[in-house]
This record gives sequence, structure tokens and C-alpha cells, in this order.
Amino acid sequence: MKVEIVSADHQNKPDVGSQIANQWYDVDKVDAIVDLPTSSVALAVNEITRKKGKALLVSGAATSDLTGKACSPNTIHWTYDTWMLANGTGNAIVKTGGDSWFFLTADYAFGHALERDTEAVVQKNGGKVLGKVRHPLNTQDFSSFLLQAQASKAKIVGLANAGGDTTNAIKQAAEFGIVRRGQNLAGLLVFISDVHSLGLQTAQGLIFTETFYWDMNDQTRAFAKRFAPANRGIQPTMVHAGVYSAVLHYLKAIESSKTDDGSKVIAEMKRLPTDDPLFGKGSIRADGRKIHPAYLVEVKKPAESKGPWDYHKIRATIPAEEAFRPMDQGGCPMVK
Amino acid sequence: MSTSPLSANPASDGSRAQLIAFAVMVAVLLIAPIWVYPIFMMKVMCFALFACAFNLLIGFGGLLSFGHAMFLGSAGYVSAWCAKSLGLTPELSILAGTLAATLVAIVSGLLAIRRQGIYFAMITLALAQMIFFFCLQAPFTGGEDGIQAVPRGKLFGLIDLTSNTAMYGLVLVIFLGAFLLIWRIVHSPFGQVLKAVRENEARAISLGYDTDRYKLFAFILSGTLSGLAGATKALVFQLASLTDVHWTMSGEVVLMTLVGGLGTLFGPVVGAAVIISMQNYLAQFGAWVTVIQGVIFVICVLAFRRGIIGEIAHAIRKPL
Amino acid sequence: MEIFGIPIQALFGQLLIGLINGSFYALLSLGLAVIFGLLNIINFTHGAQYMLGAFCSYLLLNKLGVGYWWSLLIAPIIVGASGMLIERLMLARLYKLDHLYGLLLTFGLALIIQGLFRNEFGSSGLPYRVPAELTGGQNLGFMFLPNYRGWVVVTSLVVCLVTWYVIERTKLGAYLRAATENPQLVQAFGINVPRMITLTYGFGVALAAFAGVMAAPIYQVNPLMGADLIIVVFAVVVIGGMGSIMGAIVTGFGLGIIEGLTKVFYPEASNTVIFIIMAIVLLVKPAGLFGTQK
Repeated sequence: MKVEIVSADHQNKPDVGSQIANQWYDVDKVDAIVDLPTSSVALAVNEITRKKGKALLVSGAATSDLTGKACSPNTIHWTYDTWMLANGTGNAIVKTGGDSWFFLTADYAFGHALERDTEAVVQKNGGKVLGKVRHPLNTQDFSSFLLQAQASKAKIVGLANAGGDTTNAIKQAAEFGIVRRGQNLAGLLVFISDVHSLGLQTAQGLIFTETFYWDMNDQTRAFAKRFAPANRGIQPTMVHAGVYSAVLHYLKAIESSKTDDGSKVIAEMKRLPTDDPLFGKGSIRADGRKIHPAYLVEVKKPAESKGPWDYHKIRATIPAEEAFRPMDQGGCPMVK
Repeated sequence: MSTSPLSANPASDGSRAQLIAFAVMVAVLLIAPIWVYPIFMMKVMCFALFACAFNLLIGFGGLLSFGHAMFLGSAGYVSAWCAKSLGLTPELSILAGTLAATLVAIVSGLLAIRRQGIYFAMITLALAQMIFFFCLQAPFTGGEDGIQAVPRGKLFGLIDLTSNTAMYGLVLVIFLGAFLLIWRIVHSPFGQVLKAVRENEARAISLGYDTDRYKLFAFILSGTLSGLAGATKALVFQLASLTDVHWTMSGEVVLMTLVGGLGTLFGPVVGAAVIISMQNYLAQFGAWVTVIQGVIFVICVLAFRRGIIGEIAHAIRKPL
Repeated sequence: MEIFGIPIQALFGQLLIGLINGSFYALLSLGLAVIFGLLNIINFTHGAQYMLGAFCSYLLLNKLGVGYWWSLLIAPIIVGASGMLIERLMLARLYKLDHLYGLLLTFGLALIIQGLFRNEFGSSGLPYRVPAELTGGQNLGFMFLPNYRGWVVVTSLVVCLVTWYVIERTKLGAYLRAATENPQLVQAFGINVPRMITLTYGFGVALAAFAGVMAAPIYQVNPLMGADLIIVVFAVVVIGGMGSIMGAIVTGFGLGIIEGLTKVFYPEASNTVIFIIMAIVLLVKPAGLFGTQK
């Protein structure tokens, strides 16, 4: 099988992403688009892929709408989504005693969704939300919001944000002694690369959910060993792993169905169970949601870590059937 | 009554070069889609219109606005919303978007025109930031996701624009129409007064012209045509997003106009084509796009102030 | 006791936080105001130079083992020197032209610097630890104040006031102000005006880098840290009055406080409130609160 790879940076802009996707499909005869971080771009490319009957394998974007109201027979949502994050982390934390929450939410659709989903989980488990504050996207200084979080005396400060906002908030939380003075931080979307940029001293104790960790077992370690040298020494995040897993399964489906027509391959991918060294055995649902176990993770203390990138300890495993939103609750028109 | 060579005899030297350039431009736009991806060409035309509208204000009016994104973006949002949520036909959506931009231009123009130079630029920036904030918060804009899956609809209820060819025709007509409008304005008495205000405002005032009114009108015109570009673009890409109201978009249109040639008619078109092409073909190199744009900015300011068309015009000694 | 539904203790905490943030605004706008007020250059590169200061201290620490205290001195010198190079090689050619070309040039430079650093370091942000001597904090009753933040306020105030004093009250400052009003005359007196201009630009840039070093321990050191900050700082300078040093200082601290209050009552708007104020000020008093129309 001859496989050709092209890549581009959409700069987190839906219009750039749309244009690249259109051009790839129309002119460059691209069959499948993979990875695609940033929910707004993913949603735009989702529509384009559906219109043109190609294939989309999303690993980077978070919005659970991709398997909800925007679900498509041409898209599979791999790795994670906002519902899984909210339920994985939220459930686990409330059950271990974190029953009062204060939300620090990024003021855009992704942050709102995360806050909404997590709040629902907290309340379902008998917890309370003592307060919330919305901060503008790309905020540099969280001191004011952290002060409000401290004043609320909630046991858990939930960070419904991502990227630079999350790492900034965590760094400054350490400065203001949030954890030292008795509250805990719950990062709702954290990658190992964020932990690396924060350093263990600052990030220790952080609790979040992910679906892949490079040091989990021999197979993941073997993958990491191949990955790191080719990528400036960084270890793979769950998004990286998701791309690998998705492409592997996609190629298997092409072989098995003997066609590269987008809609047919996606259908075949749903028919075949998945199995790869990174996520283990799993399956893909009718709404395009890939199912696999999720892991509740806590960041190690500096003393517990044996070296760079040895950051996470797995606290709990959430079985695949529970980790993702039940298919009938998503509002996906394909499933009615 | 003074007669400048341009308004006295349309077939005189200066205009002939412009007519040739126009013919070349139309020919390129008609033929290129055979080889070049039509959506890319439509993007170039929309941004070329945006740059031409911006150039009207700075090249001919001498006013640097650092907030032009507010027109492009707000028109895009209104047009997208009309097409998607109200189900209006494309020509009505585009009209609605353009009118929205006109409204924004009138209000911001009244506020900004009273100041000059850097203060004018700063106030347009401030106003644009407020529009950005509004677009970020207002529920109908969809925040970070933007308004997606905007239907192109049927033009006048008859011509289905889903096909790229039909859409291309519409965008071409809009672009050429607006371009000719700008041409007409620049060569009209109004345009002459505007240039006079740019060259020496005090003298223009002493001649009895209400310069504020001329500047305001130029501002509103520039904003309206920028809105036309934005409203059309929303239908081409079938999406409206925050990128179009962010202040870096205001910076990009400055770059396009500068590269092409401030104060020339065809400069902004060429500038837009250059910058959009560069962004497109270098997208795979990630952050190098920003670096290269910066380098182009620096080179243009230091050594190439007239821009591409400006240099050509200077060489052939005719205005372009 | 409550004011508008916020307990007064919490309000004091927010005001103090606002003051701390205001220190950064003040330091940055001070550099910008020095450069504009004295040289009529609109330095859009200021945000990138702030970032360079932070990166300089990061690299000094991680590559050369040079700590925070030395970085406070070395980084501004390095970045300031680079600024002087920019001025000599590029900006000096634009003085005869419209100011706006200086704006465009420095805008382009900012894109280049930020793009290069983003390519090299990614956009995730790099860690920089608070220096050991300044960790921990004081319990002030109404809030817990990290020592480092207290240090930031004090240092900014000192640097700002010293700069203001030098420019407004000393002979050197007088030469500088005279040179910008009438360079030919001052040059005729035997003062090397171009060199003064270069040094002043370098100084303004060094101030930005200094702010960057101070910011490194509390904000993430990332290539885009100056990108959105620059337009806010512009707004501060415009509000304060583009030529006025004191205006920039007062407005910088003032904005910090107003932003702090906004974060309590309407946090989503905290990024935008400065622009609303700028629009109002420009309409009512276009030269700015402390400025004089040139």
C-alpha cells in the first residue's frame, strides 16, 4: 500500500483550516485528514469532510459535539472528548471526597462545555458548586481569580480551560499556596507536555484524566522509545498516541474493505474491532465515538519521579463502557 | 477650476496604463481558475477588495486605521447569521452584512475622525477591540467556534451557489464592481479633494472644504466596502470566525496594502495576492509564515516603500 | 461588611492584586512613553522585547547557570543593546518620514522576533522558578501575599520614580528633552544627538526587558507573552498622554487597579475595559490625561 503524507498548520483558525481541507480534498486528492486540534476547526472540517464523502479521524479536538449533534458518517472521534474529561475527572474526584467545587472557566465554548459537563457530574454525585468565575481566553494573570477561589473555601478548584491558561493558573496557584492551604486543583484538560513545562515542583498533586500514558506498560514504552528521538526528545501525549492508533486502524480498514472511499472506510472501521499497542482493545460506535479505557492520573511529587517525563501515577482505571457518554444521550441524528 | 490630467481626458497617458492593467487583471481572474484552485482565487478577491477599501482610506485619504478588522468581521458575522439562521438568499445576506459594516463605520467614524495621525489609529484600534469583545460574547456569533456550516443558498432564489463555479462568478462580479466603484471615486472630484486633504489639510481647509466631512465619508466608504468583502467571504468559506475581528487581521490588511503599494489602485490587489499566496503555500512551515510576513514588512518599510505596483508605476512614470 | 455584594476583605485583596499587575503595565508603558515621548518612535516591538527579557533570563539560567538576580542586570543590557542595533541600523533611516512608518517597521520586527522564538521554543511556555529568597509569602489577613509579588510592586515603583526623576529633573534629562524638541539646535551646542537617541531607545527597550525578567517567575515564559500585552500597553500610554512619563506610570498602576475591580464584577470584560477607557479619554482629552498636544 502506498501512503503519502502531507501536513499543514491551521494556526487555530477555522478559516485557514477550512481552506486547507477544501484544497486538500479537491485538488490534492487527500483521502483522510487526521489529528486536528482546536474544536472550532474540527467542526468546520467535519462539515467539509461530510460534504465531500472523505474521512476524518479526530484526535486533537475536544468537543463532544463531534459525536453528538454534529456527528457524521465520515468522522471518527478518537482519544478523548469534553464529556469524558468531565466525567472521568469529576466523578473520580467527588468520590474521593472532593465534593465542593469552584470553577475557573475559560470564557469560550470549550470552557463553557467543560464547566457545564463537570458541574452536572459533581451535582449528580451529591457534590456542590460553590462558585464560578469566567476569565478571558489567554489570560496572563490569574491572581484575582485564584483569590476568589480561595475565598470560596471550596475543596476543589476546577480548571475548565486548556493550554497556556491552564499552565498559568497552575503556576500561580502554587505561588498563592492554594494547595498548601488545603485546596486541590483539578485540571480538566492537561497533557504531559503541560506538566513538563510546569515542572513537577509546581504541578505535583494535580489530578486529571487521560487515555494514554507513555510509561503505562511495555508496549506503550516501546512506542515512546520510537517516538521520542524523532520528536526532539519529547514523550508522546494521548493526542499523539491517538493519531497513531487511528491511522493504524484506518489502514487496516482500507486493506479489509479494498477501497479508500471515505464513507465506506469509516463504516468498515466501525465494523472492525480495534486493537493496537497503545490503547489496547477497543471499538468504534455507530456515532463515530472510539471507545477505550480512561485513566485517572495524579502528578508525582519531585521525590517520586525517577527522571524526566516520569510524571504520572495512575490512580484509577475507568472502563471503556463508562468512560464515554452513552450513545443515546448525545443527540446524534444518525443514532435515532 | 483646475483640470488635472486624469479627470480632463480619460484616454490620456495616465489612464491608458490603468486601463491596460485593468484588462490584465480581468483576464487573469477569468482564466486563472482553470489552473488555480477556485476557492483560493475567491479568497484572494475578497481580501483584495478588503485591501482596496483600506487603501481608499490610507492611500488616498492619508488616514491609517488600525481597526479595519471590525468591518470585515462584523459584516461576515451578520451575513453568515442571515444566511444560516434566517435562511435569507445570498444577495440579501451580503447586503445585510455590508449594511452592518456601514453602521459600524458611521458610529466609529463619527468618534474617530476628530483625531489625527497616531491618535486616529489608536482610537480605531480601541473601537475594533470593543467590537471584538462584542463578537466574542454575543451568543449569535458562536464565540470561538464561529458560525459554521453557512449555506450558500440560491442567488435570487434561482442560481445555486453550492457549485464553486457559480460562486466564483458572483465573487468576480462583486469584486470588479466594487473595484470600478473605487476607481470612479478616486477619479471623481470627491477623490481629488480627498487627496488634497491628505497632502495638506490646512490648505484644503483654507480653500473652504469641510475636511472632516470628506474624511468621514471616505471612512464610511472604506468601512462599507470592507464589509462587502467580509460578507462575501463568509459565504465563500461558509463560516464566520473570530479571526476576522482580531486585531492581527487589521495588521494584515496594512501589510497587504503596503506590499502592493499605498495609494495605487492596483497595489492592494497585488499585495493581497502575494500575502494570501504566501500564507497558503507556506502553511506547512508553521510559524515561518509570521516570520516571513515580518521580514516583508521590514523590507517594505526600509527599502520598498512604494510597494510592488508603486515601483512599477514609478518606473513607467504613470499612476497605477 | 460588604460593598456591592463583595466582602470588603476580598475587595482589598483584589485591589492589591490589581496594584501588582499595574506594576507591569507601568514598567512597560514607561519604556514606551520614554521612547515615544522623547524620540517620537512608536515602538511596536516593545512586547517582543519584554518577551526577550524573559527568555534571556530563562536562557541565562538554563544554559549558563546565571540566576535571577544577575539576570535582572544582564538581560536588560543584552536586550537593550539589541535595541540600540535596531535603532542604528533601521529606525534611524525613518526619522524623516511619517511616524507611522516607524510603527510599521517595529510591527514587522515584532512578528519576526515572535515567529522565530515560536519556531524554536514552541508556544507551550517554559518554567522559571521564583528565586529562593523571595518564595513564601505574608499572611496579610485579608489575603495571602506572595513575597515575590510584593517585591514586584516595590521594584517597579522605585524604577519608575527614578526614571521619572532622571528625565524630568536632571540635566541629562533636560538635554534629552531639548534634543527631541529641537535636535539641530542642541546638536549645535555640541551634544551628540544621534547617540543620545540611540541610548534612549536602548534604555526604553532595557526597561521592557527588565519587566520581562520580573515577569518570568510568575507568568509562563512563552514566545507570545508580549503579543496581546502590547496593545494594552499602547492603550495605557495613549491614555496617560503619549509624551508624559508620569502619565504612563500613573495610568499603568491605575489600569491595574481598574482591571482588578473589573475582574471581580464582570471578569469577561477585564481584557476590554482598557480600550473603552482609551476611547473615552481620546474623545474627551485627546492628548491624554497628563499629556500636552504637540
